[in-house]
Amino acid sequence: MPDPRLSLRGVKKSFDDVSVLKGIDMDVAPGEMLCLIGASGSGKSTLLRCMNGLEPVDDGAVLLDGVDIAEPGFDLTPIRQRIGIVFQSFNLFPHMTTFENVCLAPRRVLSENRDSLHPRITALFERFGLAAHMHKYPDQLSGGQQQRVAVIRALAMKPQTMLFDEITSALDPELVGEVLDVLRQLRDEGITMVLATHEMGFARELADRVCFMDQGVIAEEGSPDQIFSAPQKIRTRQFLASILR
Amino acid sequence: MTRRAAYEARQRRRANLIAGASTLAVVVLIVLLVPRAPGWDAVRASFFDAEIFVRTFPDLLRAFVLDVAIFAWSVPMIFAMGLAIALARGTHNPALFPLRIFGAVYVDLFRGIPVVLLVYLVGFGIPGLGLPRPWNSPYIWGTVALVLTYSAYVAEVLRSGIESIHTSQRNAAICLGLSERDTMRYVILPQAIRRVVPANMNMLVALQKDVALLSFIGPVEILRQAGIFKSLLANFTPYVGAAVIFLMVTVPATRYADYLMNKDRNARS
Repeated sequence: MPDPRLSLRGVKKSFDDVSVLKGIDMDVAPGEMLCLIGASGSGKSTLLRCMNGLEPVDDGAVLLDGVDIAEPGFDLTPIRQRIGIVFQSFNLFPHMTTFENVCLAPRRVLSENRDSLHPRITALFERFGLAAHMHKYPDQLSGGQQQRVAVIRALAMKPQTMLFDEITSALDPELVGEVLDVLRQLRDEGITMVLATHEMGFARELADRVCFMDQGVIAEEGSPDQIFSAPQKIRTRQFLASILR
Repeated sequence: MTRRAAYEARQRRRANLIAGASTLAVVVLIVLLVPRAPGWDAVRASFFDAEIFVRTFPDLLRAFVLDVAIFAWSVPMIFAMGLAIALARGTHNPALFPLRIFGAVYVDLFRGIPVVLLVYLVGFGIPGLGLPRPWNSPYIWGTVALVLTYSAYVAEVLRSGIESIHTSQRNAAICLGLSERDTMRYVILPQAIRRVVPANMNMLVALQKDVALLSFIGPVEILRQAGIFKSLLANFTPYVGAAVIFLMVTVPATRYADYLMNKDRNARS
């Protein structure tokens, strides 16, 4: 196995007295797609937020290409260009058009000028079927379209790694497909991806590896076939049974 | 017409009828009762003299231009100062802690003093230091007093606007790699300012009225001009004229603020 892009070593995190992550060890290889599954409150979202430093970890190490970014006081600003994150609730900036949403960070952080940016961003919009919506405001778009814009916004920073925090959970069922299609496209490009998801079918189809989280630990991990067809742990079986009904 | 539409039309007609009747009753009562008050004739002669009203109105209007001018040059200073104080109060940088304290003290101090008192204190006190012309001008120090008071209010309004923007917006910006400064400038502030436009409109209406307080320290603006006419003509009608002029400006402005506020509420519900 090549050097991991992202490694977690004994990551712990509590909110007040509630221990949410109780020592997580994990490696994500470059280009790998890893799905985190588990019940609500099992720590999936917190784990993702610790991976890009949005939540400071209490203990343990988060190594990005071998550099510990969880070191207290570490300047995360340059790191954040390399790890994109997309949230469940889109979090587009409502006072800007979708195009401006996408251009803001490249202009301010990468110092790209408008002229060089325009064709690149337009191409991204075209690729994800949103060219007609480039100059609309977020509230003029459907949830699925907004979420695709949020993905484009993260991609515009040319990250090596992308984190997806239940990005289809806030969508109407008929809009989930268009967002998952975007992920399929990214899958083919070799971007390292970590997803927290409830879309079991999707995880089974595309993930390289699946981690089942339960009460702040990784209870079981393995290939999608292993986890979904032959889960070893009772808790995993119970969770899958409850999800699949 | 559907059954429901017919029912609602009936209800509306009935409501309009009742509203019309009760309004009419109140107006009739006022028209009948007020003139029966013992001092009515004296009040009418000294407050509602049509001839004096017409004669003094153009001069009052001219004097009001000065109110508008003071208002106009105060507003940019108030918003610049208010924004600076709001940002100072929100800073978490330990090196800027003194600024934060300064912001808190500033707001407490200038919101806590009645405007008229501050106009007196600043307007008479500072020129009393013996400053040379033009630095002893009541225009300068009157304006300073207004800016101090109103920027304290505007700072609080802006701060509440900034705090009303959900953390997820900040998180999204930070995660894209934007600096704290850019996050504030491009993501938080534009949304916060839009959100507090109605509240600030109300502030502007109040400011336009409070400009008249500068009359106490010298400038011959509308209130003072009305006072001069009062002494000259031994009649209070010019004050009524001044009130009418204020209303001509403040009523449309207040209505517009209400309209913005409703629009904002509807947009968010």
